[in-house]
Amino acid sequence: MSGHSNYEPKTGIERWLDVRLPVVRLAYDSIIDFPTPKNLNYWWTFGGILAVCLGIQLVTGIVLAMHYVPHVDHAFASVERIMRDVNYGWLIRYMHANGASMFFIAVYIHMFRGLYYGSYKAPREVLWILGCVIYLLMMATAFMGYVLPWGQMSFHGAVVITNLFGALPIVGEAITTWLWGGFAVDNPTLNRFFSLHFLLPFMIAGVVGLHIWALHVPGNNNPTGVNVKSKEDTVPFHPYYTVKDGFAIVVFMIMFATFVFYNPNALGHADNYIPANPLVTPAHIVPEWYFLPFYAILRAVPDKLGGVILMFGAIAVMFVLPWLDTSKVRSMRYRPTAKLYFFIFVLACLILGYCGGKLPDDHVIPGLSTFTLIDADLNSFVWLSRFAALYYFAYFLVVLPVLGLTETPLPQPESISAPVLSHPANAPAGAAASPEKRG
Amino acid sequence: MLRKGIALAAFGLAILAAPAALAAGGAAPVKHVEFSFEGPFGKFDQAQLQRGYKVYREVCSACHSMNLMSFRNLGQKGGPFFDPKYPNPNDNPYVKSIAKDYQIKDIDSETGDVIERPGTSADRFPSPFPNEPAARASNGGAMPPDLSVMAKARHHGPQYIYSLLTGYQDPPAGLKVGVGQHYNPFMAGDVTSSWSGPHDKVPPGGFIAMAPPLAAGQVTFDDGTKSTLEQQAKDVSAFLTWASEPKMQERKAFGMAAMIYLLIFAGLLYVSYRKIWKNVAH
Repeated sequence: MSGHSNYEPKTGIERWLDVRLPVVRLAYDSIIDFPTPKNLNYWWTFGGILAVCLGIQLVTGIVLAMHYVPHVDHAFASVERIMRDVNYGWLIRYMHANGASMFFIAVYIHMFRGLYYGSYKAPREVLWILGCVIYLLMMATAFMGYVLPWGQMSFHGAVVITNLFGALPIVGEAITTWLWGGFAVDNPTLNRFFSLHFLLPFMIAGVVGLHIWALHVPGNNNPTGVNVKSKEDTVPFHPYYTVKDGFAIVVFMIMFATFVFYNPNALGHADNYIPANPLVTPAHIVPEWYFLPFYAILRAVPDKLGGVILMFGAIAVMFVLPWLDTSKVRSMRYRPTAKLYFFIFVLACLILGYCGGKLPDDHVIPGLSTFTLIDADLNSFVWLSRFAALYYFAYFLVVLPVLGLTETPLPQPESISAPVLSHPANAPAGAAASPEKRG
Repeated sequence: MLRKGIALAAFGLAILAAPAALAAGGAAPVKHVEFSFEGPFGKFDQAQLQRGYKVYREVCSACHSMNLMSFRNLGQKGGPFFDPKYPNPNDNPYVKSIAKDYQIKDIDSETGDVIERPGTSADRFPSPFPNEPAARASNGGAMPPDLSVMAKARHHGPQYIYSLLTGYQDPPAGLKVGVGQHYNPFMAGDVTSSWSGPHDKVPPGGFIAMAPPLAAGQVTFDDGTKSTLEQQAKDVSAFLTWASEPKMQERKAFGMAAMIYLLIFAGLLYVSYRKIWKNVAH
C-alpha cells in the first residue's frame, strides 16, 4: 500500500489493468511481497485470526438475517426456527453466537500484545487509534446482536445499558428516548438494533481496511521493538507469514469448533432461552463475558453518572495511550519494571472480569466479614472491583507516564537480526545470551 | 513455542472461567444423573425418547405447552418415532396417528366458521390453555412455562429437570409454605422471608406452584420398563433435552468430521511452516 513496489505485470491483461486500476499491484504489495520482520512470534498471528473472525461473522450473519424476524412477537421463535428448520441453521447460528466470543478472545489477546510490545508508539499511533475504533464498534455490534434473540437477558441487558445514557445530565433522557424509539425498550428498539447490527460490521470492515493501511505504512512492529534496519531483517509476507498465520488460524478454529460442536451454549446465559418478559426481571442481569470488566467498573462507582463516565473512560484512555507512555523503548522485553506492571495490569483486567460476574456485595473470601468501608464490606466484590479499577487507570495515567522517565531499560539489540543470530539456539556454544532471552 | 502455547491456553481459560461464576443463588446443586446423550459421542436413546414423550403427553401437557414443536418433529431424524422407511416425517404413520388424536382449532376455508378438525403431522402441539390468563386462572395464578427449550433455559438443563421432578420433599420445620405452593430445594428462589429457623441455616431452593407431578406407576411404559418416579423423570428430561436441541446428535457427528479435518489441516500447515522457515534464523 506504500513504499517501493516490486510488482512486475507478467501477462498482457495484468499490464493492461495495471495502468488503469492497479489492484493486482496492491494485492501483490500488501500480501505477497510485503516485507515483514522475520522474528514475529505467535502473538502476531491474531491479526489474521481476527480477519477470519470478521469474515465468519459477516457470512453467517448475512445468512441468519435471511431467516430472522426483527419483531418482539416473532424474534425468539424465529431464532429457534433457524435452529430447527433451516438447513444447517444450528451450525450457522452457533457459529455466529460463539463467533462473537471468539472475536473478543482474539481481540483482547491482540490488544494485550500491542500493549506489551509497545505497538502503539510512534509511528504507529494512528494504527493503534484505528484499532480502538474497531474495538468500540465491535462492542456496540456485539451488544446489539445479543439483544436480537429477544430472550430475558437480551431484553433486560438492553434496558440496563440503554438506561446508562439516562445518567447524562440534561440530554440523558432525550438520548434514551431516541435510542429506544419510544418510552421503553420495545419493538422499535429491537427493529433499529437489528438495522444497526447489520450496518456496523460493514463499518468495522471499512475501519479494518484503514487499520491494515496504517499497518503497511510503517510496517509491523516486532518482539524486539527495534526498527527494521535492512532487508536482512525481513522476509516476504508470502509464503512465510501466510503459512504461519494459516497454522495459527486453524489451531484457533479447533478451539472455536470445540465450542460450536460440543458446548455451544457454554459462553451464553441460560436465561436467554426464556422469551423476553418485561414484567419479570431475572435474578441477576449479567452481560456477556467480554463486557464483564467494564460492567465491574460501572458498578464499582456508587454514583450512576460517575460509573458511566468511568466505564467509558476505561476505553477512552486507550485512545490517548500513545501520548501517555513516555518510554522510547517499545518492547517490554527490555523494560523489566514495566513488564511487571504489565502483568499486574493483565491480572487486574481478569479480576475485573471475574468481579463483573459476581454480586457486588458477596464476599470474595466466603464467610469472612471484615469491616464496612463507606458502603460495603471490605471483603466484597465491589471493593475488589474498586482496587482493580484503580489499578487499571493508574497503569495508564501514572505507571506508564512516570516509568518511562525513571526506569533504566536493558540494552536493546542493534537490529532484529542481531538477537536472532545470537539466539542461544542458533548461536555457537559459549556465545553470550542475548538480552531478549531475559524476557 | 510450547511455553507460549501453554500461556495462551491459560489466558484463554482464565477468560472463559469468568462466566462459570454466574451460578444461580440459593438452589441446591443438581443431582448427578447420567444421560446417553452426554459427551462428544453421545446419542439420544430412541426408546427413552418415546417413554419421555409419553410422560410429557400424559402428564406435563395437561398444563405445559410446547409451542415450538410440531407433530412432524416426533418423526424427524433423531426423533422419538423416526423410522428410516419414512425419511419425510409427514408420511410417518405413527406420527400421523398421534396427530389425529388431537382436535385442532381451524377456520373452515369455505364458510369461515371456526371449526375443529383432526390434527395432521404439520400441526403444532396444541396448547393446553387458550391464553395466558386462562393458564394462570387454572393454576393458582402461576403460569406453567412453555417447555420447548426448557433444557437450554436452565443451567445443567437435563439434570435440573430431573432434580426438580424427583426433588419434592416435606418442608423442613420452621419453613412456612404458602397456600398452593410447594417446597422444592432445586427450585430457583430464596425462602429466607418464610424461614423462622436459624439465620445461617436457611434451606436451599424455593417455592413452586406445581404440585409433585409424577409418582411411581403413573405412566405405563409400553416397552415394559419399570415405571418408577426416577425413571419417568429421567425419560421426560431426555425427551425435553431432545426437544430443546433436536439437532444435537447431528451436531456432534458433524463436529467429529470437522475436528478430524481441522487437525489434519493444522498438521499439514505446521509441517509446511517448518519446511518454509527451515533456512530462516528467527
